[in-house]
Amino acid sequence: MTITLTDYEQSLLDGSAGTGTATAMRLVVRLGQVMGATRLRPIVGAHIDSCLYHGQSGLDFVNLLVDGEASVTVPTTLNVSSLDLIHPELYRGDPQTGIEAKALMDAYVQLGCQPTWTCAPYQLEQRPGFGEHVAWAESNAIVFANSVLGARTHRYGDFIDIAAAVTGRVPDAGLHNDANRRASLIVDVAELPTDTDAVFPVLGHFLGGVVGRHIPAIVGLPATTTEDQLKALGAGAASSGSLAMFHAIGITPEAPTLEAACGDRVVTNRITVTANDLIQARDELSTATGTELATISLGTPHYSITEIGRLVEALAGRAIHRSIHMYVSTGRDVLNEAGLRGWTKSLEAAGVQFVTDTCTYITPIIEPNVGTAMTDSAKWAYYAPGNIGVEVIFGALQECVESAVAGHLVRIPELWSDV
Amino acid sequence: MSSRDLPVTVVVNGSATGPALVLDEPLSLWGGLDAETGLITDQRHPQCGQCVTGTIVVMDAGRGSSSASSVLAEAVRLGTAPVGFVMADVDEIVALGSLVAEEIYGTVTPIVVASTTDTSTICTGNTISIDSATLRLL
Repeated sequence: MTITLTDYEQSLLDGSAGTGTATAMRLVVRLGQVMGATRLRPIVGAHIDSCLYHGQSGLDFVNLLVDGEASVTVPTTLNVSSLDLIHPELYRGDPQTGIEAKALMDAYVQLGCQPTWTCAPYQLEQRPGFGEHVAWAESNAIVFANSVLGARTHRYGDFIDIAAAVTGRVPDAGLHNDANRRASLIVDVAELPTDTDAVFPVLGHFLGGVVGRHIPAIVGLPATTTEDQLKALGAGAASSGSLAMFHAIGITPEAPTLEAACGDRVVTNRITVTANDLIQARDELSTATGTELATISLGTPHYSITEIGRLVEALAGRAIHRSIHMYVSTGRDVLNEAGLRGWTKSLEAAGVQFVTDTCTYITPIIEPNVGTAMTDSAKWAYYAPGNIGVEVIFGALQECVESAVAGHLVRIPELWSDV
Repeated sequence: MSSRDLPVTVVVNGSATGPALVLDEPLSLWGGLDAETGLITDQRHPQCGQCVTGTIVVMDAGRGSSSASSVLAEAVRLGTAPVGFVMADVDEIVALGSLVAEEIYGTVTPIVVASTTDTSTICTGNTISIDSATLRLL
């Protein structure tokens, strides 16, 4: 398959805008060949995951762009990285790694990216609209863009995100095109109690494990389902599986009806999610037993202002037990808003440690080997044991808060009694 | 035993020979593979603890994170990466890790797509080779 480039695109490939841009265009074209594209298409924005430090190779790559005088040509936001620049004392990792991570962060800002440092770019004021094409990396953000905003991004990974931002182009293929966005599997969740927040991350975790490469049409979610609930669902599914899009019928902008979600396809594949599936998925998310806890981590993906409000409400002025470290990860913009509402001060006084610009499961922040960690996030529960070597217990926000106050695991069976 | 050739579709062009490492479930390289050691670290994965270095990884699909590209590129830099991948479907994020490692370090890690009916006959430890046209069981 050959890709036909416009004169402008060919000139970028030939080096008219410098060697950095030419490298970026070469990568976009090669990915286009992998995806079977015959042409490229313009984008209106990008979200970059490559700014998280994984080793020297990340710096080697970005330096090809920086030294080649590249810069982004569309509005571009940055994902979480390895350091909290607002609370730098939280970083417990190797100092040399910290220096290299900071160099990586600086390089992306030098390319013209906005230092947003959040995995929830859809919580920023400027976010893509229905039908707009973007190049987003960060698996949870990809699902959200496609499924909740109705914007269009393929499942992009590191390196191609910044290559697309520099060239302003992506392959005209994959989830950018109508035909590839149709639902091919119906998931019926009508039996589940959708008034409980904690159902959503668990449902996501379950879906990731069963949908494979299908785009599911989820039927049975109420129109009142919140963005925070959809965020938790998408993040869970993009961790246990490689989901890049779902159609929540009646919620996803291009899926007002099941027929609209399926297009001209007759979809006969159907899964009905049962209460039993959900309980099993919930239990799978915990690796630890017992009731001792050392850490509670909330905010993966980054907490929204509404979620911080829920935490304030659930804590109701009580203090975190002295034996528990409680972290809340959020974007710096959201933290700013929480500060204006007086929530930052009251939560910090209660013993909550805010984390910005990064997250507690991707960089050494949590004291190692102190004991079990609890979270309300399916994504955190999925990745933390492998990434930072902790045992984990998953629970609803209310369970996390009651446990934080008590200093040990507290379950609230009524929360799950409808399930 | 005579060798057997199976048809493939090329994702990233190149050739490689090595022992197969067959994964029973998709693996997210980020959060699932330690680039320093080449060991699979996802505690929920059936092949947790196995080493991918120098093998041709046979897996149906990648999983999850966008950072898988970075982990593969870093593993290539450190010499802990597989020498190739046989997958059931195109995974752009794994492919990108390979393309970028080639761009930076000139090391080619070929990726091919083969049918799962064909790959189901491969066992971990079998020597296999891949190139632009075939998957060969040696």
